[in-house]
Amino acid sequence: MIRLEKRAAPSRTWSYLTPLVAVIATMIAGGLMFAALGKDPVEAIRTIFWDPLFGEFAFYYRGQLLVKAGPLILIAIGLALGFRAGIWNIGAEGQYIMGAICGAAVGLAFYPMEARWLIFPLMILGGAVGGFLWAMIPGILKTRFNTNEILVSLLLVYVAEQILASMSLGLLRNPEGAGFPGSRNLRQYESAANNELIAGTGMHWGVVAALIAVIFAYILLSRHIMGFNIRLTGESPRAARFAGVNPNRLILFCLGLSGALAGLAGLFEVAGPAGQISIDFNVGYGFTAIIVAFLGRLHPIGILLAGLLMALTYIGGEAAQSSLGLPSAAIQAFQGMLLFFLLAFDVLTHFRVKFGREAAA
Amino acid sequence: MKKRTFLAGVAATALATAAFAGSHGDGPVKAGFIYVGPIGDGGWTYQHDQGRLAVEAEFGDQVETVYQETVPEGADAERAITQMALQGADIIFTTSFGYMDPTINVAAKFPNVKFEHATGYKTADNVATYDARFYEGRAVIGTIAGHMTESNKIGYIASFPIPEVIQGINSAYLHAKKVNPDVEMSVVWVYTWFDPAKEADAAKALIENGVDVIMQHTDSTAPQAAAAEAEGTVYTFGQASDMGAYAPVPRISSIIDEWSPYYIERVRAVLDGTWESGRHWGGIAEGEVVIGEISEAVPEEVRAEALALRDAIAAGEYHPFTGPINKQDGTPWLAEGEVATDEELLGLNFYVEGITAEIPN
Repeated sequence: MIRLEKRAAPSRTWSYLTPLVAVIATMIAGGLMFAALGKDPVEAIRTIFWDPLFGEFAFYYRGQLLVKAGPLILIAIGLALGFRAGIWNIGAEGQYIMGAICGAAVGLAFYPMEARWLIFPLMILGGAVGGFLWAMIPGILKTRFNTNEILVSLLLVYVAEQILASMSLGLLRNPEGAGFPGSRNLRQYESAANNELIAGTGMHWGVVAALIAVIFAYILLSRHIMGFNIRLTGESPRAARFAGVNPNRLILFCLGLSGALAGLAGLFEVAGPAGQISIDFNVGYGFTAIIVAFLGRLHPIGILLAGLLMALTYIGGEAAQSSLGLPSAAIQAFQGMLLFFLLAFDVLTHFRVKFGREAAA
Repeated sequence: MKKRTFLAGVAATALATAAFAGSHGDGPVKAGFIYVGPIGDGGWTYQHDQGRLAVEAEFGDQVETVYQETVPEGADAERAITQMALQGADIIFTTSFGYMDPTINVAAKFPNVKFEHATGYKTADNVATYDARFYEGRAVIGTIAGHMTESNKIGYIASFPIPEVIQGINSAYLHAKKVNPDVEMSVVWVYTWFDPAKEADAAKALIENGVDVIMQHTDSTAPQAAAAEAEGTVYTFGQASDMGAYAPVPRISSIIDEWSPYYIERVRAVLDGTWESGRHWGGIAEGEVVIGEISEAVPEEVRAEALALRDAIAAGEYHPFTGPINKQDGTPWLAEGEVATDEELLGLNFYVEGITAEIPN
């Protein structure tokens, strides 16, 4: 008989081990699923995890990995700070959209003036402010009226999507686009383009920002009083209050920072890989980043690795679709398994598995 | 670090040039397809995939086909298309409007690969466009709708306000109005090509507002299912695919997109080495737009009238946009007997007189 016994304190070893175990379990279960679909499981797993890194076309995929991981990491870093303090910003997708709209609007307002030193920094500022303000809505509603930030931030995603559609069709629509929805292509506007810094590497300013955010968050959490307050509030809200932590300030700080980072991610995406504001500009980075944050154990370095891993499953998954003919739903199920196994094995962090009967009390 | 990145960049560029320059050798011609929905959507993507299968059936061993489904329009599309080109595709069909810029971008990097973009307006030496005159089919089902409505309220589930969709709304309205002067049209914009939940909601909202004939420019069968719940009081039309599972009611007829002839012709051109860029826009006459079986729920004289209209369009005797037609604001568009030019239709961004809704702006 198998029993679970609660650990006195969460196991550090297991907390680090579970992501690895989850990845291995996903490979096994995913392999079985691919086999059931009539594909060679070893080849499928190799296509997803190995080929993008070391295969024939790795020169292209490695760069794409950064392009895909950049926004995930940038958003997840912000979310993780809040999650650690028990502040649940689920609406990063909306803040990402609003950052993209505000940043792009700043750039388009200057069109066709060429002054990169001025316009691009202003766009970055616009992106951060857009995401920040959008996150302030659930923030202020929570501190003033004690509303639930999970619901408010999530529902604001749908509002942001409507604004995005309206912007693509109206205010920001390309006047030379023959009536088609979508803004001008920012990549073709020298002063606003967020192009690759070195051609073919995938490295653009958004990826740089993500790396800076990782370092910044690491220092904040380990060296700064704000990081201490965040951790303390997450572990023991009562103790935090006695220690003089102002909960409202902390809520606004965490929501605002995660909103600003999500907004930045949106700006870098719209000025770079996506190129334009269009109706379906957002593809779910804000939601996937939640998985990345947890997969990375809410730790900056962990998030960096988790973001890269998640990007790998996307890129490899796409490759497996076209080269092996795997259905897209199978790839989504595969990614879902990763989160499922992570949560399942997390039990081991908090519980000890015991075999045999419970000793009589 | 810097040096390594630089070297990686150089290596990548060199490899990229080598790979990008390579074209297919002696093996079979590889034809790739990028789909916006799942191949099981029962509508738009399903029909494109039928075209792919027709290509396989036609050429057998001479051709190999690959596809990737559910590719989001935007940054991810560019990677999916690049991936296919890297994997050695000789011709790539990108089957949604939103793939326009990504297709053009990738085509610039792969001069030896042929690209075919559906429903767009940008071409290049190695990028052709193709589209179907869906508005011809809309004229036929608009006629049926005008006769079949009891409440004189027709609903239209529209995807994106682009010319192709506006052509369809105008054509359907004009021909419904022609046979039933009291008809009114409500348009619901869902801003998606494929989202069963949103499409079903739109259908339900229309039905609640007294609409009893629903047309759709979205790809799923969800509106058919929603109408089926009304138990024979609401009629619909199959879109893109026949959707015959919902016949005889609610589905009373359909517009079928038949891409097979075009796909076979273009792949043959690659095999023969005669492929050239161009713009293709076929309709009922070319067999590209097919009116599906008109079910027994439609009275005989209505069926006869609809078929006569179809045959007149096929024979070139009648154009669905023949004056006199006024714009929505009452200003004249086409004079008596005047026929809309293709250029006008491809940039259509206004409703005709009588439609009370507004194009989102």
